[in-house]
Amino acid sequence: MTPVTATNDFVVKFANVNGSGSASANEMFARSVMRMGIPISPRNIFPSNIQGMPTWYELRVSKDGWLGRRGGCDLMVALNPQTWDRDIAELVPGGYLVYDSTRELPRSKFREDITVIGIPLTAICAQEFTDPNQRKLFKNIMYVGALAALMDLELGVVETLIGEQYRGKDKLIEGNRNAARIGHAYAMKHFTCPLGIRCERVDGVGDRIFIDGNSAIALGAVYAGATVAAWYPITPSTSIIEAFTGYCRKFRTDPATGAARYAIVQAEDELASIGMVAGAGWNGVRAFTATSGPGISLMQEFIGLAYFAEIPLVIVDVQRGGPSTGMPTRTQQSDVLLCAYASHGDTRHVLLFPEDPNECFELTAQAFDLCERLQTPVFLMTDLDIGMNERLSAPFRWDENRHYDRGKVMTAAELDAGKLFARYQDVDGDGIPWRTIPATHPSKGAYFTRGSTRNAQAKYSELGSDYVYNLERLRRKFNTAKELVPQPVVTPAAKPTRLGVLFYGSTSPAMAEALAMLQAEGVHVDAIRVRAFPFSSQVDAFIEAHDTVFVVEQNESAQLRTLLINEGEYSPKKLVKVLHYDGTPITAGFIAGAIRTAGSAAKLAPQQSHG
Amino acid sequence: MTYLAKPRLLADVQPRNAIGFTKRDYEGAISTLCAGCGHDSVSAAIVQAFYELDIEPHRVAKMSGIGCSSKTPDYFLGASHGFNSVHGRMPSVATGASLANRELTLIGISGDGDTASIGIGQFAHAMRRGLNIAYIVENNGVYGLTKGQFSATADKGSKSKKGVQNADAPIDLVALALQLGATYVARSFSGDKDQLVPLIKGALRHQGAAFIDVISPCVTFNNHSGSTKSYDYVREHNEAVNRVEVIQPRQEITTEYEPGSVRRVMQHDGTALLLRKLGLDYDPTDRNRAMNQLHEWNAKGEILTGLLFVEEGADDLHHHLNTVAKPLNQLTQAELCPGQAVLDKLNAALR
Repeated sequence: MTPVTATNDFVVKFANVNGSGSASANEMFARSVMRMGIPISPRNIFPSNIQGMPTWYELRVSKDGWLGRRGGCDLMVALNPQTWDRDIAELVPGGYLVYDSTRELPRSKFREDITVIGIPLTAICAQEFTDPNQRKLFKNIMYVGALAALMDLELGVVETLIGEQYRGKDKLIEGNRNAARIGHAYAMKHFTCPLGIRCERVDGVGDRIFIDGNSAIALGAVYAGATVAAWYPITPSTSIIEAFTGYCRKFRTDPATGAARYAIVQAEDELASIGMVAGAGWNGVRAFTATSGPGISLMQEFIGLAYFAEIPLVIVDVQRGGPSTGMPTRTQQSDVLLCAYASHGDTRHVLLFPEDPNECFELTAQAFDLCERLQTPVFLMTDLDIGMNERLSAPFRWDENRHYDRGKVMTAAELDAGKLFARYQDVDGDGIPWRTIPATHPSKGAYFTRGSTRNAQAKYSELGSDYVYNLERLRRKFNTAKELVPQPVVTPAAKPTRLGVLFYGSTSPAMAEALAMLQAEGVHVDAIRVRAFPFSSQVDAFIEAHDTVFVVEQNESAQLRTLLINEGEYSPKKLVKVLHYDGTPITAGFIAGAIRTAGSAAKLAPQQSHG
Repeated sequence: MTYLAKPRLLADVQPRNAIGFTKRDYEGAISTLCAGCGHDSVSAAIVQAFYELDIEPHRVAKMSGIGCSSKTPDYFLGASHGFNSVHGRMPSVATGASLANRELTLIGISGDGDTASIGIGQFAHAMRRGLNIAYIVENNGVYGLTKGQFSATADKGSKSKKGVQNADAPIDLVALALQLGATYVARSFSGDKDQLVPLIKGALRHQGAAFIDVISPCVTFNNHSGSTKSYDYVREHNEAVNRVEVIQPRQEITTEYEPGSVRRVMQHDGTALLLRKLGLDYDPTDRNRAMNQLHEWNAKGEILTGLLFVEEGADDLHHHLNTVAKPLNQLTQAELCPGQAVLDKLNAALR
């Protein structure tokens, strides 16, 4: 057995019991690597449970900067007896096992082809600390100290991070630093440090920030001027409103009075959440809700009303495994069709697909402009992988010259000047009518909002011609949206090719790596990352320019492909499915493998690659 | 009552309220409900209440769900914005509207199907949150638009037009509102305009969740013998506990009362409610006693009406959320967006 040797390029996995306080220690380990300038990409794998169930923290360290999930594990910190066997099995041949050796385990519990590093964490803690709580909690930071020794992490970096995390709580800082040092010293004394896998300070992180997508969305909503949020708790979206609450307290408290320039209501269910958001949007504020698939299912009727009554609002869908209760703590892109055509009747909705926290921030801000410009619900389609994991991404930027686009809102002055107001009339040819906010003018511009039975003047009407007028105008409006939404990003291959790949959202980092892998093998594929529905004309052009377009998605029924076929009327044969749907984030290996297989089966691999 | 188109010219000779509006300015489109529908009387009472309170129509939003009652906001206050929303979900839409502009006067119109059946959840939560709204249920015990099915407020043992006896226990929305923490709870009858108008005025001037259950007979499907929501039945079994007079902040009290017969309740905006006691010994400021008396009279098959409960100094959802005095929909980008300098600091903290 040859132990794995790798510098700044490996996967470490922590197997813990949830509720044991391991999460902050694991994160501290990850941040220590990042502070040494090495790109990292962590993922929480957790159950829908509070305490006592298995949970994993998987950290990919990649000197090349690949942030997608890699799969496999080079070093396992196995601290959960419940999952011991499968954790050991997951190690690559030559991998390393770090475990708590306080209790001796029979040889049969180990593998011959791995390096075993036993540290008696419980015993050391029992000896060093008297407080039972400290004995439990310091065990976590102690293994971080030991790992620092084993993997050549700078202990000073760990200590700095401890200082930052517990700022103002000197006792905790000292206690944690001490525990880290004890772990470090133990490893130095008992093992040959470093191991074959180790860290080395580089400059690979640059100015990037490390944050989860849900927090970025919350911040985007603050910057976009959202003042009303109504929501119902649901994994994996809950932390959006929690973060929004925190940012609002910090940035939206009136300095003079201490009063809130925002209103956040935890509603009784998702129907009430979307109802409140609709009422607020109708009354002239920027309002949003955050939910996941089951919440969207419940909101259908209101989404239809908001669509037809033309009310601006933003819905964030942090997708998880479905249908039904599904897999609440696993990731998928399986609400695409649900959202695109939400509600009964003929509806079509604007969807935005951010790829990472930076885009979560940016597209959230754009979503508010778009919903007011278009007077319609806009969906921000993210998922658990982006939402609940911290990711390295470009820093947030806000152009100080940027002004909120409040869309076509008629003012009292315009009404006084005699401007015609007809709520649902297309006066500008773009399908978007003018609206008024209640209390605008004493005698002009009031209208009665209702569902379908109304004419262009918002008067009650059941005439077919009035209904058709509205429906066709809404279709025009949707076409207008095509070029207003975030446009796709095209990445051409190194050489001309008839092969294309289309993807969206959290697939992005795995796709970048897959394209590099394929290119190294001489398989050239042009790529387009779709950022919105309705699809821009650039998407049409891309599909037309290629013989075969792989459509990579994290759902079982190829939902975006269905949308492409339905809306763009492409031949299904041209759009080849690449589908990943087991609830784990898609990997580069999976994508490259699927394209390779499909490519060779159809003899699509370009011959010139060997020339 | 059905509106006939009235000539505009008459408006000039009509009396005007303190802000120069005539009653016509508070009317709306012509009602499409059945002739004699109790709901039209409620609409007329609403027109009267707004006129007497000198409220500018455009500073009002009319909210409703779905059903006969929910259509009525089109028939009053034509110069106000209105929102005929989703069946049973008016409370949430009204909550959002209220959050966006706390200065807007909100009136919510619902029915017994819209509130007690499909919408009971949202009704309950709007009451317990203290949504600042005058929430009126036009309660007739049947579904009108779908032609006469029992609603959840129909009394056990009452008969449908087709002679079917209702076997289910009724939901008493007044009892529910009291239990849920509504701070202004009343019951009235569409046929008693003198009682209803001041109750609506008090509700509109109340800061917090104000609920009025108005028994409003359905002339087409529930006005027969055997119904407990017919004009005849309600007239016979109506027991009013008090008469209300609403005194605006700068208005003088002109009515004379016998000492000890009137209780004065102050509202947040300085409006006083003068409650004149009728036959019963009834204290409308004691929530528990109100609930007990309500149950006692319900058991006897009698209907207590009047202002059944009011909490002095009540507050509302905005108070609980500590929102700024300026309506949220008037905040500017400068007041909302923290800018790049803050973002630079945040970015630095995320490395």
